[in-house]
Amino acid sequence: MNLRRDPFQAIADPTRRAILLLLASQSMTAGAIAANFDTARPTVSKHLQILTECELLKQEQNGREVHYSLNGQKMKEIADFIEPFRMIWEDRFNKLEEIMKNYKPTNK
Amino acid sequence: MERKTKVNAEEGKRDLIIMREFDLPVALLFMAYEKPEIVEQWMGTKALKYDAQKHGSYQFQTKGPNGDVVFSANGTFHDVVPNERIVRTFEMENAGFGVQIEFLEFEALTENSSRLVTHVVYKSGELRDANLKLPFAWGINMAHDRLEEIVGKLR
Repeated sequence: MNLRRDPFQAIADPTRRAILLLLASQSMTAGAIAANFDTARPTVSKHLQILTECELLKQEQNGREVHYSLNGQKMKEIADFIEPFRMIWEDRFNKLEEIMKNYKPTNK
Repeated sequence: MERKTKVNAEEGKRDLIIMREFDLPVALLFMAYEKPEIVEQWMGTKALKYDAQKHGSYQFQTKGPNGDVVFSANGTFHDVVPNERIVRTFEMENAGFGVQIEFLEFEALTENSSRLVTHVVYKSGELRDANLKLPFAWGINMAHDRLEEIVGKLR
């Protein structure tokens, strides 16, 4: 799904923004993060997965536990105001490429 | 994450460049800009009019779920050379960014790959920056409203 790979879409979700806020000052386990929300644990896990896929979060194995922390580099990138503009064109061009790859020149 | 599309907007200038390489022969890339029924698909808007030839013009319109017009734009083609270039104007209606001139250069890289360089010139640097910030503002406003809501609940 396109949405999962788009960090800007990712931070447009309120729960995910709240997770990023929580992790701003410390790294936390999935359980500790989930304890801050009324939402079901699997839902929080899904949000963590999306944020990790977008490279907004980093995972670190600490013994048996996985700690999540912010990826500062990526956060800086999306703070760049040109990025959303670029993403719009990236989406359009991706669509264009997909359409033309499947284009059948019969209805010319 | 792949970052195929590059946007270059130097500070203090009134233009910007959008670059992208495609896994498509240049003829197919150009066709995606030439045929209205294809433009509609990847631009995600309806083309009320789209006549891609010198002196031809175009008109885009997108309606929301309840029939309101949420986006409209128009422009005129000044130069259309198949598989090479398009020169056209573009103006988003009721947006206040003024008209912009777009120079699109299509280039074959190999038999099956091509590059598109779009050079966009605005009337002023302020208008360019305002247009660049529009999608950013949309996203941030949306996120902020909901963020305040959720942070309120966390306390």
